[in-house]
Amino acid sequence: MNGNNPDIACLKARAKNIRRHVLRMAERVGQGYVGQGLGIADLLAALYFHELRYDAKRLDWPERDRFVLSIGHYSIGLYAALAEAGVIPIEELDTYGADGSRLEMSGSEFTPGFEMTGGSLGHGLGQAVGMALGLRLDARDARVFCLLSDGELHEGATWEAAMAGAHYRLDHLFAFIDCNNQVADGPTAQVMNIEPLQLKWQAFGWDTQRINGNRIEDITDAIARAKTARNQPHAIILDTLMGKGVTMFENREKQHFIRVEAREWELARKQLEASL
Amino acid sequence: MRTGVTANLLATDPSSAAKTVAAPFGQALVAAAEREPRIVGLTADLGKYTDMHVFAQRFPQRFFQIGMAEQNLVGIAAGLARAGWIPFASTYCVFATRRAYDFIAIGCALGQANVKIIAGLPGLTTGYGGTHQGIEDLALMRSIPNLVVIDPCDATEIAQVIPMIAAYRGPVYMRLLRGQAPVTLDPASYRFELGKAKLLRDGADAAIISAGLMTGRALDTAQQLAEDGIHAAVLHVSTLKPFDREAVLALARRVKKIVTAENHVVTGGLAGAVADTVADAGISIRLKRVGIPDCFCESGSLPCLQQRYGLDTENIVLAAKRLVES
Ligand SMILES: Cc1ncc(C[n+]2csc(CCOP(=O)(O)OP(=O)(O)O)c2C)c(N)n1
Repeated sequence: MNGNNPDIACLKARAKNIRRHVLRMAERVGQGYVGQGLGIADLLAALYFHELRYDAKRLDWPERDRFVLSIGHYSIGLYAALAEAGVIPIEELDTYGADGSRLEMSGSEFTPGFEMTGGSLGHGLGQAVGMALGLRLDARDARVFCLLSDGELHEGATWEAAMAGAHYRLDHLFAFIDCNNQVADGPTAQVMNIEPLQLKWQAFGWDTQRINGNRIEDITDAIARAKTARNQPHAIILDTLMGKGVTMFENREKQHFIRVEAREWELARKQLEASL
Repeated sequence: MRTGVTANLLATDPSSAAKTVAAPFGQALVAAAEREPRIVGLTADLGKYTDMHVFAQRFPQRFFQIGMAEQNLVGIAAGLARAGWIPFASTYCVFATRRAYDFIAIGCALGQANVKIIAGLPGLTTGYGGTHQGIEDLALMRSIPNLVVIDPCDATEIAQVIPMIAAYRGPVYMRLLRGQAPVTLDPASYRFELGKAKLLRDGADAAIISAGLMTGRALDTAQQLAEDGIHAAVLHVSTLKPFDREAVLALARRVKKIVTAENHVVTGGLAGAVADTVADAGISIRLKRVGIPDCFCESGSLPCLQQRYGLDTENIVLAAKRLVES
């Protein structure tokens, strides 16, 4: 899947399907992390349908690239991507958040395709560093792609891991930071300023880029560029729009957790279909 | 088995139909802060979710948003205490206790810094699974020397605990019932005292010793048992540390069958404190521990989870009946 020139039109279609799945899941429970799932769909499409080396039929393939979801509540997006990739059945998405379902609101390692339990935020990058060290010890080619949120940059553990990643020159480690400018209590900058981000990651010794995280071609370009930088781990800071693809969610006052009236879903679906 | 979906409710006990009060902690903290100008509030990106936003709105100058950084939250709170302020720091139980443990033990408890840690989502009050359910926090906190540990049962008690711990000089860990919190105790007659258990109901056939959210269910249990002719006492122990040994011993000496009920794993919390107390005193009793077994809980809807892990009233009734009949 990887190495060739990306088929952007195809990746865009995948991203749209991922968004359709996200709406389907959220509508079932009437609430949830819709904004996050929609906002990160472009990255997930670029990873699962272009960059990542994995085998949907053999998830424990030792040579697989690891996708590490540090942010458990973004699992709605990962379930959507995994369903689109054929890892979990699409119909199973209807069980999202239901008692007994594998598709928990805050995802865990007991769901196929999850490398660790995220959700107690700030764990992901450290485990990603550990996986990258382990893969290198085993002389495997596999790479580690970790998805973090801007809120996780408030946690000290994230920066401890960043320091270690650079110290050990893990150039097969890629961290994507979803900067949707929202944390639980409000806009990130108001809660606790994290800028200037690019300078921080650079100062920590990372090959760093900052891009529009909702443009698939920018994502695939950034990954291609990162792969040419040696002896450093790679940080790709994604500026994303929460709710991307559904104008009513893009425009409504940003919330970490949104409630949606039953009658609004049809409009949401229509707006997604009308989007590019 | 009941089924439902995991919900993100700003309410503590959606299963109980009883009366509720909104944000009792936030209201009580504002009231205490009106009188005590040295109270300050802090949170780690969970102001809206721990009712700290009520304080932040009323006293913006005395409120510090720390962002999602729990170790830093507790460290800064300890620094504020050393600078002579009375910090109330809020996050969820799991993040306060698991992530910031060392900061609580050494930063706060060792030198008795005057820090109040307010910890939301105790036990099974969230459907979010292992990452969010604070099922062993009482065991962790109870084992730290110098720390006062409180598990209030309702809005009435929270309203009384807050001014009390604001006046007490020293580190405190309090479990929070957030949002719409149940009202179990009558504000006109109940009086919280730090370190004192309260006999809410007397009975000679068995005793239910409960803490936190389980006290409401213990009272419901006693009521149901009474209808079957079984008279159960209910001793509510909201201060887990210092533990009211005398109250437990007085009960254990006359009622030889005890059920403990806690919104926590059955090891190291209330049941542990009761067992230690009676064993130390050389009293032999039959003890049935109701609480979460030694496992991480799954995700799901709260009524389903409470039933699955045995925290519902039906299970306490069953446990008590078996014990009485044995
Ligand atoms: C260690 C930890 N502290 C607190 C929380 C509670 N919490 C869940 S999401 C969140 C906000 C995080 O913001 P971000 O991860 O950027 O997510 P977004 O708002 O973009 O969904 C917080 C504080 C948590 N899950 N883990």
